[in-house]
Amino acid sequence: MSAINSNFLLTGLTLPDGNLCDIQIVNGVIAALGESLPKASAGQTIDFTGCIALPGLVDLHTHLREPGKEDAETVLSGSMAAAKGGYVAISAMANTSPVADTAGVVEQVFALGQSAGFADVFPIGAVTQGLHGETLSEIGAMADSNARVRVFSDDGSCVHDPLVMRRALEYVKKFGGVIAQHAQEPSLTKGAQMNEGVISSRLGLKGWPAVAEEAIIARDVLLADHVKSRLHICHLTTAGGVEIIRWAKARGIDVTAEVTPHHLLLTDETANSYDPIFKVNPPLRTQRDVEALREGLADGTIDIVATDHAPHPAESKECEWQEAAFGMLGLESALAIVNQTMVQTGLLNWEGVADRMSYAPARIGRYESHGQKIAVGAPAHLTVINPTQTFRVDRDLVASRSRNTPFHGMELIGVIQGTFFRGLPTYLSGKLTSIHNPSQIESHGGAWL
Amino acid sequence: MKHLLSINDLSKAEAIAILDTAQELARVSDGPMKKLPTLRGRTIVNLFAEDSTRTRISFEAAAKRLSADVINFSAKGSSISKGESLKDTAQTLQAMGADAVIIRHGASGAAQRLADSKWMSGAVINAGDGTHEHPSQALLDAFTIRKHLAKSTDDLTGIRVVIVGDVLHSRVARSNVLLLAKLGADVTLVAPPTLLPVGVESWPCKVSYDFDSALAGVDAVMMLRIQLERMSELFFPNAREYSRYFGLNGDRLKQLKPTALVMHPGPMNRGLEITADAADGARSVIVEQVSNGVSVRMAILYMLLAGSQEGDLAGDNKELGTM
Repeated sequence: MSAINSNFLLTGLTLPDGNLCDIQIVNGVIAALGESLPKASAGQTIDFTGCIALPGLVDLHTHLREPGKEDAETVLSGSMAAAKGGYVAISAMANTSPVADTAGVVEQVFALGQSAGFADVFPIGAVTQGLHGETLSEIGAMADSNARVRVFSDDGSCVHDPLVMRRALEYVKKFGGVIAQHAQEPSLTKGAQMNEGVISSRLGLKGWPAVAEEAIIARDVLLADHVKSRLHICHLTTAGGVEIIRWAKARGIDVTAEVTPHHLLLTDETANSYDPIFKVNPPLRTQRDVEALREGLADGTIDIVATDHAPHPAESKECEWQEAAFGMLGLESALAIVNQTMVQTGLLNWEGVADRMSYAPARIGRYESHGQKIAVGAPAHLTVINPTQTFRVDRDLVASRSRNTPFHGMELIGVIQGTFFRGLPTYLSGKLTSIHNPSQIESHGGAWL
Repeated sequence: MKHLLSINDLSKAEAIAILDTAQELARVSDGPMKKLPTLRGRTIVNLFAEDSTRTRISFEAAAKRLSADVINFSAKGSSISKGESLKDTAQTLQAMGADAVIIRHGASGAAQRLADSKWMSGAVINAGDGTHEHPSQALLDAFTIRKHLAKSTDDLTGIRVVIVGDVLHSRVARSNVLLLAKLGADVTLVAPPTLLPVGVESWPCKVSYDFDSALAGVDAVMMLRIQLERMSELFFPNAREYSRYFGLNGDRLKQLKPTALVMHPGPMNRGLEITADAADGARSVIVEQVSNGVSVRMAILYMLLAGSQEGDLAGDNKELGTM
């Protein structure tokens, strides 16, 4: 849809390249850029002095739980969390119930996203039927459906059979698709609870060795090379994995990789509390791994930040560690954590953030209207952040339907001031608004401040 | 000290205080009047989410000798077997006014979850959590070693202990390494490489794959139970090969010095990790470990619970007097 009579003048912004700039939005499109644009024609002027404008963020890895687990999240609540986190496009992972392995399911999720009106929701199709890793799902039908699926993943499970992986990589070449692999060798991680190392041994929690991830990454870059297809590695967590991707890229293999905000910030030390809020798949690793991931993201070995936003109801986390579900919230805190771990540390500038969180994920997912540079004529998908303001994360104030954020109580730096989706503010002044009813202000998810 | 979840909760002085108290309580237990009024009116819950006979009975006997009211709550036939969560169970116990909960649980960290949560306010004693720790077992083992071998009156300086078997899955080994090292003993773990955890080199002990060479000059040999299902998980080829390399048999017994102790936390797999002549021989203190367990657990309950109500060993609780 096109936005009707939307006319905003955003003033006092700094663009990713460092230039001071006002942004004029008219009818969903960036109409003018420049210092001190005239205010006369603007329907509404919003002062963002001191803030950075980024191209609207794109998440390539989101769990929305609908259909099947609507007590944890819905397409609507997840889209609202996305808007609050500065996202204008998110990707719904296939491990729902029923699994998104047919055109019917992906079209339903896509339609739910469009009717929610907070962000574009691009469904990811399952690689194999039921995520069982045995037979290919209806990949072609999903690609041709209204949802136009280009990313396929069995995320949550690894496509561990090398022949199935080979065939999937080959098959998606037909329409320029990509296989997003959850790299986890199943027999090395049976019952695994956390990173295998000094801490797992002391805590008596079953270890999840780095090699279980790295062995699959190594195999799959070689397969992708052999069949000349496109591979994406989900949630990279180990220093060894970064090395393998670096080697593969140097060799010219068409591989991309993602890192989550939580793997950029947290380590396996958090498990000392036995609080399963820190239980996640793949697990939090060591400080050495965290540093390698930051370095890899800075030098482009790792292409994107993806949230792996994984909502769970309270009872899935208020229990013993080994009984608890894997996963943590990510959408609402991702940009602040990237700011804190990458920008404030000097590892990445804002142009780099725009690339890792907007241009590159949109390119990998083939999300055509997204991930464009802020320029006259481009769709007005924008994220505005105050990069120096701090806030304390409060799980009771999240827009997500679940509260399983591992960052509760932590002070983070970088507060999102506004998210513009198709030229309309989906998040502004602490208020969430669907583009379908701009007059009606949603009451969910107050400001974090 | 509010809870006993891990040996790491204890300073060396506190650990020695528990052993000293246990020694005194053992003397009382040997006398004509076994029962002390120290914990009269206190409610102690044995929450055993995992089957265990000896630990549960040992804690029950300890609590009863201190005159506490004991409620046994086992997995079988309880709400746990109906799928009740740990949180709901804890809140139920809280509502019933439990002063302390002794928890045995199959999940590592379950005791700490109980203690750190706001689900209940009583003291929590870890009676074995998954493959994490079993601190009361380590304390009774240290008590047994000290009683027989201590060269000084308090700690275990200079005493050489080998712990043999499935260290990877053993909560007894984890607690013992921490406690024995804290008390100054020289500990060596002996196991096939498959049954040693990654990162064991950071533990305060030595590691060996060779039982025979590790045996020379040791003061105590502690055998760990080996579970037969480990075989199907490829940790070793078969029971015979395990026994040959890591079992305590008659030949290895002969290599020990006469004063050396043979220990096992039980239950034993006779013929697998230990042969009958080792288990029942003159050096064996396996049965004594059980009786020492009651004294040590009395001491733990005393240290955790009696301090708060001005009780002392004789249990002459003062009535509401001067505040």
